[in-house]
Amino acid sequence: MQKIMVCLKRVVDYNVRVRVKADGSGVATEGVKMSINPFDEIALEEALRIKERGEAEEILVVSIGPTDAQQQLRTGLAMGADRAILVQVEEEIEPLTAARIFLALIEKEEPGLVITGKQAIDDDNSQTGQMLAALWNRPQATFASAVTLDGDKATVVREVDAGLETIEIDLPAVVTTDLRLNEPRYVKLPDIMKAKRKPLDNVGMADLGVEPRKQFQAVSFDSPSERQKGIIVEDVESLANALKQKGFF
Amino acid sequence: MSRILVVAEHDGSNINPSTAKTLSCAKDIGGDVDLVVFAKDGAALAEQLAALEGASRVLRVDREENEVPVAAIVAPQIVALASGYSHILGPSTTFGKDLMPRVAALLGVGQVSDIMEVVDAHTFKRPIYAGNCVLTIKADPAQTVVATARTASYQAAGESGSAPVEAIDVQVELPGHTRFVGIESGSSDRPDLQSARIVVSGGRALGSEENFSIIYSLADKMGAGVGASRAAVDAGYVPNDMQVGQTGKIIAPDLYFAIGISGAIQHLTGIKDAGTIVAINKDEEAPIFEVADIGLVGDLFQAVPELEKLLDS
Repeated sequence: MQKIMVCLKRVVDYNVRVRVKADGSGVATEGVKMSINPFDEIALEEALRIKERGEAEEILVVSIGPTDAQQQLRTGLAMGADRAILVQVEEEIEPLTAARIFLALIEKEEPGLVITGKQAIDDDNSQTGQMLAALWNRPQATFASAVTLDGDKATVVREVDAGLETIEIDLPAVVTTDLRLNEPRYVKLPDIMKAKRKPLDNVGMADLGVEPRKQFQAVSFDSPSERQKGIIVEDVESLANALKQKGFF
Repeated sequence: MSRILVVAEHDGSNINPSTAKTLSCAKDIGGDVDLVVFAKDGAALAEQLAALEGASRVLRVDREENEVPVAAIVAPQIVALASGYSHILGPSTTFGKDLMPRVAALLGVGQVSDIMEVVDAHTFKRPIYAGNCVLTIKADPAQTVVATARTASYQAAGESGSAPVEAIDVQVELPGHTRFVGIESGSSDRPDLQSARIVVSGGRALGSEENFSIIYSLADKMGAGVGASRAAVDAGYVPNDMQVGQTGKIIAPDLYFAIGISGAIQHLTGIKDAGTIVAINKDEEAPIFEVADIGLVGDLFQAVPELEKLLDS
């Protein structure tokens, strides 16, 4: 195929333990390390491998977010993507609006395949890929752990609660990635230098003809209720007794 | 008043327990609740649904194409039934997570993922940032609410109901672009992880696939389900369908054993609704001990067989 589009989200790094702001207005993200959403990194890796197998010619990475999201797109370019587009949006947008923006990009770019993560680790919504597939009126293969292309079809193994499900889909389609699909490569310094010369375009939502819609209002952000720390027992026998006392066994 | 449609999950012969939990979430919203099942022949499944307490009606949509409920095929049928409903709910399982956003987008609305608490008919609490934060959001009352229910937050509805069953004919064109090929189940005779009363999970400290046998052995002694941390899955000790945590399954057993699991926040988010948490770990600084009700600092390779033996006597 000609082109694969990969959607990347800039999120608080996986290793940061986020804290809720004292006034309940959000989570503290100032000065916190930001990264590509780990599932989206897996999505890009898969696209790169498809290209390296000679099954795609161009990898386009796209993101929606503030100017700083260029950093994550540059990282994507350093990993091996050919071109990047940032849809510059300062405010929070809902997944349905994100899907509409990606659809507008699809109509311009006409990719043969769109790959993105199964969820972003900030809002944990797990919606955008499915919504995009619905609006595009194309197949979705969510939670993918193996993707095999064959002409205008793809076979995708999906991680579902009951085990591994295999589906066959017609292309173009949207694939969302699960953890075990692959292990993303490390970025090497020369690639970071090279990435600086790769094209990164900035567009606005209005350029794409998308109006943000807001269906949901955030009322408050709260810390979760903490579990109480329990007891430490000395040995296995005390453990068994403690369980019996609680009415187990 | 709300009119709620709950989409049932099944494997062709049995209704998944996630459905009865989603029904409980729907009952918290309040109003009239209909259950709908999409199957090839849903007669027996509809019977099971009819017994769930709190449903006004059970809708049964039988079509050849519904033999395996693929999201792209089921979604347009839900959309065809949607008018008149204020809320459409599915479980926050891989079935519901795959399906419901597709339904929402086709209806032109957003989705509330993983409802953990209903504040009122349009205000909900849901976990974000791997459960590090609880977000309360208010949905525009003028629009249909499409949502998934975080099953670990809800008790299953009782089974002494007797709702009427209606067979419904849904005439809508279905896409042929998505075809089910097969499912390979890591299935065992062990209880299902998401509905088991007791779950035993192992972590990276097990060290190998072979060593995981002591986890299975303890679990079998107690009739427990078996889970694992992401680290154990990543290390290849067990298949991913056993993963408990942010990116795996969210569970709420009465009793949970975390064995050789350090307790990363991503794992804890999957077990915070467990009744009693037992941790066995040789590192006394492990964060799992911060949440465990009963902790044992020690070598799991000694402690686990010893515990199994003690349960015998």
